[in-house]
Amino acid sequence: MTTALEQMFVQVRKENRAALIAYIPAGFPSAAGCKKVIEEFAKAGVDAVEVGFPYSDPVMDGPTIQEAASIALAAGTGAKEVFETLKSAHEAGLPALVMTYWNPIEKFGVSAFAAEMARNGGSGVITPDLTIEESQEWKNATSKAEINSIFVVALSTTDDRLVKVTNECSGFVYAASIMGVTGARTSMASGAHNLVSRIRKVSTLPIAVGLGVSTREQAKEVASYADGVIVGSAFIKLLLEAKSEEEGLAAVAELAKQLVAGVRQAR
Amino acid sequence: MEQSHSIGHFGPYGGRFVPEALIGALDELEAAHNAAIIDPSFQKELAELHLTYTGRPSILTRAKRFAEHAGGAEILLKREDLNHTGSHKINNVLGQALLTQRMGKKRIIAETGAGQHGVAAATAAALFGLECVVYMGEEDTKRQSLNVARMKLLGAEVIPVTTGSKTLKDAINEAMRDWVTNVETTHYLLGTVAGPHPFPTMVRDFHKIIGEEARAQVLELTGRLPDAVLACIGGGSNAIGIFHAFIPDASVRLIGFEAGGDGVETGRHAATITGGSPGVLHGTRSYVLQDENGQTIESHSISAGLDYPGVGPEHAFLHDSGRAEYRAITDAQAMEAFALLCKTEGIIPAIETAHALAGAMIVGKELGPDAILLINLSGRGDKDVATAADYFEVPL
Repeated sequence: MTTALEQMFVQVRKENRAALIAYIPAGFPSAAGCKKVIEEFAKAGVDAVEVGFPYSDPVMDGPTIQEAASIALAAGTGAKEVFETLKSAHEAGLPALVMTYWNPIEKFGVSAFAAEMARNGGSGVITPDLTIEESQEWKNATSKAEINSIFVVALSTTDDRLVKVTNECSGFVYAASIMGVTGARTSMASGAHNLVSRIRKVSTLPIAVGLGVSTREQAKEVASYADGVIVGSAFIKLLLEAKSEEEGLAAVAELAKQLVAGVRQAR
Repeated sequence: MEQSHSIGHFGPYGGRFVPEALIGALDELEAAHNAAIIDPSFQKELAELHLTYTGRPSILTRAKRFAEHAGGAEILLKREDLNHTGSHKINNVLGQALLTQRMGKKRIIAETGAGQHGVAAATAAALFGLECVVYMGEEDTKRQSLNVARMKLLGAEVIPVTTGSKTLKDAINEAMRDWVTNVETTHYLLGTVAGPHPFPTMVRDFHKIIGEEARAQVLELTGRLPDAVLACIGGGSNAIGIFHAFIPDASVRLIGFEAGGDGVETGRHAATITGGSPGVLHGTRSYVLQDENGQTIESHSISAGLDYPGVGPEHAFLHDSGRAEYRAITDAQAMEAFALLCKTEGIIPAIETAHALAGAMIVGKELGPDAILLINLSGRGDKDVATAADYFEVPL
């Protein structure tokens, strides 16, 4: 069984380019607005969507995603809304992922969450605070549901540990480009390229780089060495700063187009 | 009762649920801690600090007049309030500051609720010449302004946290974000027996001296073991510190008192074991106050130090195994005990500690005059004078 996400990476490899993966929390800027954002992503040529599960204690996120999560939570966003959003991304024709802290999965039920992912057309789940040491039950559940389990590796991850973590990944490896929380950065640290090279030595999986990418130039740079570029906070910032949802959507559409062009210019 | 669990776990609880970026630092800390435990020079240095800086061993006080309100039982107070900085928290910070030095790091960060851990961390930073940043919920900076001033005098930077509930939970979130960013130069000096492995084990190891001293002191004073050992529980560091030496003594009941706030039935409380369910928060699996989506529910307590929707994983295990009991004490019960200890013994306890004293009033009546109760008087109440004056409507 191959997921839509895996098929997408095969396709972009054929096209000799990196994929652009866009992140948006479910329920942000509103339940309906989120679905419109995903439609704009699809129209702009984004390759996959990560739906964020808004969480009360997002220790890996900077102020931008924290604020978006607060807005989504205040609107009552929960597992039901996350799966609905996932389904709409799938129906928009995009490989659809969920990115979530671990506790919402544990509370929902580990097997049930994986099964619900598959039922709604989801390809996989990124779990940024689930260490591989705690992941056995989750690995079994994702295998059974035939979805991808994506773990994050960091600049500080040792070579020995890179082998262990990438062995538990399927779909792709999420390489965190900087030591820090999510959020747009003005310049990309050089560490990401080095990390991707280190991962290549131990894994044949596609590698997507996240954290800090916000502009076409940055996307182009990362796309020259990685298989995927993940952008989140930059979209959210535009939606937070917009005077209206329409204005925000237009800005998101424009940035998405820029980033899509960026990943296609890289090689 | 020996725990035969995988490293860093207490039955199904504990473990590590953290961003991968922190794994290296946690491994480094675990290695430093493991090396220190068996290193006589580390133990000697820590013992010297206990003796000449903290003022250990802390004494045992017989609370005879207070005991009249606790069924006439023998009430023995382990006086951690007399430690330098005014609470048990100093035991842990000195240990971790020594480890920070050994790891070659120059900056520490800490979270604080009541400010007791923040003050202790700032103190250790001053003593060891480390840069210190303390994250404190904005709500807590208001109700514990005296401790904010103390931290600043000690040279620490206090950063008020304005996200979420603006209390301890959010201060920990912010400290973890700092740590993820600055992990190469910075040690996160976590103040309780929660968080990812090795914190629950390491912080317990630095506090278990409380119970080791108290066990010997009670035996010497009374010729026997106590019937029950009582402590208040937020994250659970003072409780595990006094419980630990008694865990093998099957005849000794271990009772933790959580913050019941307005009453567990009202939903406005911080009684995580009594009113919560198993889940993951701040890097560890334990009991958590959470809703049906796994979102953390904000806790409520008059006591800033107990106002936390999680609890240390070893307590979760001790609860499930039945070795320890956990009960909730309301704000009103705690404040009654607070006032009573002031007037009967001339000791102003921390409001956190008053929860254990309220527990002693109940358990003393249950067990009767032949019982011996050992209570961890975990902190002094100077910091709480404004809160108490407000509560009792005493004009200042």
